[in-house]
Amino acid sequence: MIAWLESFGLMMLHLLEELGRFFYIAAQSFLWTVRPPFEPREWLKQMVRVGYDSIPVVFLTTMFTGMVLALQTYRGFERFHAEGFVASVVALSLTRELAPVLTALMVAGRVGSSMAAELGTMRVTEQIDALYAMAVEPVQYLVVPRVGSSVLMLPLLTLIGDAIGILGGYVIAVGLFGANSYLYWDRTFQYMEVNDVTSGLIKAAFFGFVLSVTGCSKGFYTSGGAEGVGRATTAAVVMGSLSILLSDFFLTKILF
Amino acid sequence: MEAQAQPEISVISLVKSFGPNRVLDGVDLEVMPGESVVVVGGSGAGKTVLIKHLIGLYLPDEGHVVVDGVDLTAASPEIALELRKRFGMSFQEGALFDSMTVFDNVAFPLRRHARRSREAIAERVRQCLRLVGLDDVESKMPAELSGGMRRRVGFARAIALEPEILLFDEPTTGLDPINTARIAAVINGMRRHLQITSVTITHDMNLAMRIADRIAMLRHGRILALAPPDEFAELPDPYVQAFLSGEVPEDEEETP
Repeated sequence: MIAWLESFGLMMLHLLEELGRFFYIAAQSFLWTVRPPFEPREWLKQMVRVGYDSIPVVFLTTMFTGMVLALQTYRGFERFHAEGFVASVVALSLTRELAPVLTALMVAGRVGSSMAAELGTMRVTEQIDALYAMAVEPVQYLVVPRVGSSVLMLPLLTLIGDAIGILGGYVIAVGLFGANSYLYWDRTFQYMEVNDVTSGLIKAAFFGFVLSVTGCSKGFYTSGGAEGVGRATTAAVVMGSLSILLSDFFLTKILF
Repeated sequence: MEAQAQPEISVISLVKSFGPNRVLDGVDLEVMPGESVVVVGGSGAGKTVLIKHLIGLYLPDEGHVVVDGVDLTAASPEIALELRKRFGMSFQEGALFDSMTVFDNVAFPLRRHARRSREAIAERVRQCLRLVGLDDVESKMPAELSGGMRRRVGFARAIALEPEILLFDEPTTGLDPINTARIAAVINGMRRHLQITSVTITHDMNLAMRIADRIAMLRHGRILALAPPDEFAELPDPYVQAFLSGEVPEDEEETP
């Protein structure tokens, strides 16, 4: 019983430590965002990495998601002669839910992990200490551009994902099942409100924040050499993806 | 010496623990302006932890680090940042930014803190590299250099901003005797020209004898002995003598 309590206590301590690090890095990055010097070069580099370089992955993910959505709903709706609403279902599920979440999950795997690996390596080779010793605030130089560009780029990627996914649905419904092209576009926009898109984009920005802060704090507090970097990288993806999915539920509850 | 000058760095009963491990257990040390203090001690004696306290990379559990009358342990982040600009620190493995060329590494602190023209920065970078005996490496990446060369580039980066206080974390570990002598000559040269204050940690007694005004022996988290090099060699303490002659001290002999 005592042993059980002890391990439970240790687990809680560990959890609190993780949370503390997450919020510390989050708070610090807010604080240092508004102070000079600003790092335009680093921002640009990170925006290219998070945004531009992620376009192919987001393209494929949302394309096939849109296609399979159309495929599944068409088969289902056919049974009660509601094929006409496939377009609305595809558009609404993508903009409100699937495009932001899937984009964020892909970017968490692609970028969140590399942030953890990069910062983790810098930590264990004392490069972060060196920055600090040169009177450069490591959070400002390393974390702020990464978190900032993630918050900016995720909504843009999601917007691209929205468009590509809807296009994917169109290709299947019109190309494969022979739905009416004009009607499909009409139904796509008929039930869609501005709020559907913007709430998706707000979620995306929030996910960008969560995944980058997770990746950065995991990397920032890495210890234990090459193995530690590996652990930090894995944890960044797992924790990042979990926090995206959990916060998605609560955000959706609040936003709608 | 004690009455007329105020110490540049004062370490006052410094205590630092990592988990159950009391690494520093009440360290007192004063470094006078222009003085070179070398802290020697076995591996794991807390040397690196001590030097990282001097620049605020670690904050003590108890005790104070006072630099030029400013208590680093109680200073606001802004004051601590300003104070760090007067330090130069070279790290064990160089801690070069591995995403940048040698030139950009040495230029990094100059670009950040010195308002100089592009030409002036390039000139200073070349000057610093010459000072540590490196030519034709400017465009190389750190990964292309040997360990000793990386360390010397880190050294050039540490002196780029002409700091008032230099901290060396194991500057000669893994270097051949000629490079060790060169590093010692560079440190002595800088002290002659710039009235620089330096704290070096090493287990290389040869280096310590060459560059130290005073040598401090760190053991079990305390300063065991503190004396000028010639007196240090004559100290009767058995551990100091064992360290100098490279033997296992009597109180530490274990049967394998």
